[in-house]
Amino acid sequence: MSAPNSDYDPVEVTPLRADEVERMRDEALAAIAAADSIEALKQVKIEHVGDRSPLALANREIGALPPQARKEAGQRVGQARGAVSQALARRTDEVEAQEFERRLAAEAVDVTLPTDREPVGARHPLTTIQDHVSDIFVAMGWEIGEGPEVEAEWLNFDALNLGPDHPARTMMDTFWVTPESAAMVLRTHTSPVQARTMLTRTPPIYIACPGRVFRTDEPDATHAPVFHQVEGLAIDEGLSMAHLKGTLDHLARAIYGADITTRFRPSYFPFTEPSAEVDLLCYVCHNDPAHVADCPTCRGEGWVEWGGCGVVNPRVLIACGVDPERYSGFAFGMGLDRTITSRYDIADLRDLWDGDIRFTEPFGIGL
Amino acid sequence: MKVPVSWLRELTSLPSSVSTEDLAARLTAFDLKLEEIIGGQITGPLVVGRVLTAEPEPQKNGKTINWCRVDVGPEHNEPATEDVPAGRGIVCGAHNFGPGDLVVVSLPGTFLPAMGFEIGSRKTYGHVSDGMICSTAELGLPGDADGILVLEPGLADPGTGAVELLGLNQETLDLEVNPDRGYAWSLRGVARDTALAFGLPFRDPADIAVPETGAEAYPVVVEDPTACPVFTTLRVSGFDPTRPTPPMIARRLVQAGMRSISLAVDVSNYVMLELGQPNHAYDAAKLNGPIRVRRAVAGERLTTLDDVDRALDPQDLLICDDDGPVGLAGVMGAARVEIDAATTDIVIEAAYFDRATIARASRRHRLSSEAARRFERGVDPTLQARAAQRVAELLVEHGGGHIEPGLTVVGEVDTRHEVTLPVDLPRRIAGVESIDTDAAVRALEGNACEVRIDGESLVVVPPPWRFDINDPYDVVEEVLRVVGYDQVPSVLPQASGGRGLTRAQELRRRVGYALAGDGLVEVKTFPFAGPADFDRLGLGADDARRRQVLLENPLSAEEPGLTTTLLTGLLRSAGLNVGRGHDDVAISEVGRVFRPRSGAPAAPIYGVDRRPTPDELAVLDAALPDQPLTAAWVLLGDRERGGWDGPGRPVAWSDAIAVARRLADVLHVEVSVEAASLAPFHPGRCAALVLDGRVVGHAGELHPKVLEAYGLPPRAVAGEVDLDALLAAAPEIGPRPDFSAFPVAKEDLAFIVESRVPAGALQEALAEASPLIESVRLFDLYTGEPVPAGHVSLAFNVRLRAEDHTLSEDEIAGARAAAVQVAADRFGATLR
Repeated sequence: MSAPNSDYDPVEVTPLRADEVERMRDEALAAIAAADSIEALKQVKIEHVGDRSPLALANREIGALPPQARKEAGQRVGQARGAVSQALARRTDEVEAQEFERRLAAEAVDVTLPTDREPVGARHPLTTIQDHVSDIFVAMGWEIGEGPEVEAEWLNFDALNLGPDHPARTMMDTFWVTPESAAMVLRTHTSPVQARTMLTRTPPIYIACPGRVFRTDEPDATHAPVFHQVEGLAIDEGLSMAHLKGTLDHLARAIYGADITTRFRPSYFPFTEPSAEVDLLCYVCHNDPAHVADCPTCRGEGWVEWGGCGVVNPRVLIACGVDPERYSGFAFGMGLDRTITSRYDIADLRDLWDGDIRFTEPFGIGL
Repeated sequence: MKVPVSWLRELTSLPSSVSTEDLAARLTAFDLKLEEIIGGQITGPLVVGRVLTAEPEPQKNGKTINWCRVDVGPEHNEPATEDVPAGRGIVCGAHNFGPGDLVVVSLPGTFLPAMGFEIGSRKTYGHVSDGMICSTAELGLPGDADGILVLEPGLADPGTGAVELLGLNQETLDLEVNPDRGYAWSLRGVARDTALAFGLPFRDPADIAVPETGAEAYPVVVEDPTACPVFTTLRVSGFDPTRPTPPMIARRLVQAGMRSISLAVDVSNYVMLELGQPNHAYDAAKLNGPIRVRRAVAGERLTTLDDVDRALDPQDLLICDDDGPVGLAGVMGAARVEIDAATTDIVIEAAYFDRATIARASRRHRLSSEAARRFERGVDPTLQARAAQRVAELLVEHGGGHIEPGLTVVGEVDTRHEVTLPVDLPRRIAGVESIDTDAAVRALEGNACEVRIDGESLVVVPPPWRFDINDPYDVVEEVLRVVGYDQVPSVLPQASGGRGLTRAQELRRRVGYALAGDGLVEVKTFPFAGPADFDRLGLGADDARRRQVLLENPLSAEEPGLTTTLLTGLLRSAGLNVGRGHDDVAISEVGRVFRPRSGAPAAPIYGVDRRPTPDELAVLDAALPDQPLTAAWVLLGDRERGGWDGPGRPVAWSDAIAVARRLADVLHVEVSVEAASLAPFHPGRCAALVLDGRVVGHAGELHPKVLEAYGLPPRAVAGEVDLDALLAAAPEIGPRPDFSAFPVAKEDLAFIVESRVPAGALQEALAEASPLIESVRLFDLYTGEPVPAGHVSLAFNVRLRAEDHTLSEDEIAGARAAAVQVAADRFGATLR
């Protein structure tokens, strides 16, 4: 057995000295902390963690130590390397996260740039108001009726108790189809749809008929030869003016708001008896004494003319094959164009018909 | 009907505490709707003046004004000077007056509501004008007389207050009278309703005693007693035609919207207003032989008082003497027998004519008159002799002379009829619980009906002037009118449970949203068009779309009928938008177009006493033109606008077709596209839209000449499709989803084919080449080197998939080969 290596002096193995290991570790940690990019971290890794790094080189020296010294030196160097590796990994995560953030930051855009390249369509308010009103009736359990626009004279007039010499016929300003003997007109109201419904169905009948109608009015700011209306017809046992009022009140509330009511004024229509004009409580001033005098919508009246209505004249029932002894009914009609022009403050009716896209566009796909 | 308020008050003993506004409100609730209250707001010194001098002075602006000196009475006159007499200096632009004329002067400080401001003294045309000489309109008087109102000579002295003199502060109610209330075209009728509305006793102004002498007044022969059931004459002789109309009568006529003409004419009109009975005053000296009431004969002519020479219709009813017609019965007289300034002997006519006869004549000759308006709405058929007596009495009272003994009355009419109804009908139909039998009877008696109760029935005999009370429901209205429409409660009925929107209604909404979703803005246009529109569209002379449903009374000669294509309106709209500076326009319309049915019969007019049979209704429908719901669209400019992130994409022909395809897709119908050539489209860029072998529309680029005609930019596109046809073909439920979860195999195939091969057909054939082919989509189209001339390279993405397994290499190769084979066999395509 050989004698102990009397020459052994751990102090002589400089890299393994505690203070030297500490210095190498601190240098590495400082370099890691200072690195602020993945590139820099790669360099730090080569210099302080790689095979040629001081701590790696020191590690190699451990083998040269006497066995009793190896453990301590090994622990010292191992701890130092572990600390460095951990710091490097932590710093790498940090720097990667920063770089990711930087990259996203660099991708920032000006979100206020316009996004208007796709064309935007819109539906005409006279279409959507008809849909809206139809939905109100459908929700009440009514159905929606339709019919032709070029209509037989008999259905537009005679069947509705407007005989050939009836003075009200001339008040209708009717477009007649050529030749006059063809006995066809452009329907002056949607009432022939109601007649058609009675002719082909048996009561109870609850129908609303929105649609396009025609009168020989030269177009100007307040007239158009074509306009839209919705008419309603209910035929059932025991119906009265009171049910008519209830229906119109409901419709008024649904279109104009919960606090809007209606009032009747006596009037005359050949197809109804008794007949009434129906007015709406002004939806702008609400007939409020403080505002009504200056109200531009009702012009100080407190009420706005809405439409005509009444109990269906039994003569109409007879012409349409409904037994007037058993059934009674009510009917009403109102213009829809005015609902649009008055609610949206449109001064010139021609705007509805010119086809300028700027008229329709603001309405989008619904009112 | 214009009702002088003072007259109405005179007839009704309405308490003065009831204001005109209250009166109007109550009458409105009684179905006599107030249009407006006229008059009653003039303040300040409005006086009668006599024009002393009027010097015409031409002005630089080309006008000539009159510089007038006007005597306005000692109270208002400026003193006389060396140059001018006492009076005021007034500038006036009108010329229908001269020195000596009596006029109305508004002195400074007068407020005329018709002008809307207070008259002041002002410098104008080099003078200080110290007031204004007034016209009819400035005074707010009805009538359309131009120029200055010149008063009858001697009417009043200068300085007399004109407001009182002319009754200018008299209020007039302008009432809207519904066509069923003919009786309300008289003070008599309005007064009766007023008395009823206010619960006042009513004294009938028609309670006039007619002396029975048994003698004739003037002979009358009525050849057509159906058209003229009653004809009465009465005669006044020794009448002084120079006597003026009493101011009150003149004023009331003017208030009622008529002119004061002469005493005899004014009295005739006054009685018409008072009692509602139109009547006529003839110069007895001009009548030759008996008055004859007959129908016109073919070729007969008549010049009516409005100076229109009219060709008469054999249906026209005439009043004639031995020399021919003297009037269109109940509508308008002729000048030949009119009373004039020399008339002393007057024959008064008061007749009752058949309503329809007068209505038709009035419509036929487009001639409305105060008389016709009343006759066609119904005049009290028992009133004629009394009205004639009233006219005669007023003539004698104000014009002297005497009523000749004798009265001619030809014919009599009994309009008395009963209406029987259940006593509770008014309560049930009005829905007003408070209407009991007593209330109903009271209301009806107030309307001058005779009423009796017969068991459970109410038997009502309306008075002879009520042509509107014939049915039980008419009685209900009369009762409700008195009880008050405001008594009707609000009860929402429970509908029986509807089926919601119909399928077609739902689908139409879907179409609307799809068009809007495609970036199209919906517009609405009038459906009128004419040959000029069809010329602009470039339709050929024999194009079926030139055959229109024509109108008897179109608004414009250029648009004599209904349109056969929505593009007439839509292209006009497009032009308007371009004209207003819109570069990119995408618009659509959904509406009906109208196509006459060749050989269609006239629409029958059935009776109204029963329901027409289903066959009769079918005949009626067959007469109507075809009027399918149609959708059309026009796009121009950029389909997608240019922006910071790229250039715009101009509208192309394909965009028009894409819209059609979108509509087909949302309705789940199969529409195929075929090349076509049809106006108004570019002949090489037009597609027919085909549904089940039937062409239902077209789409493509518009013809350059059409673009020019409508002022549209190059390459604008359009389309139109029969929406009714698409809706009818739409299945009840759409296709079921059908896809496989196994992996896809993607193959790209590029073919070279002759250019005439439709890519759509090739793509369709490829899709059907193998059941493994899931979809085929054209992704590239190329012409030019190395593709031979007259050929095109078409490249498709082909996706292959099986429903139940992953495809093997062999299967993929097989399907690919099948596709290549089909392309080669059917289209001569070679794989690139």
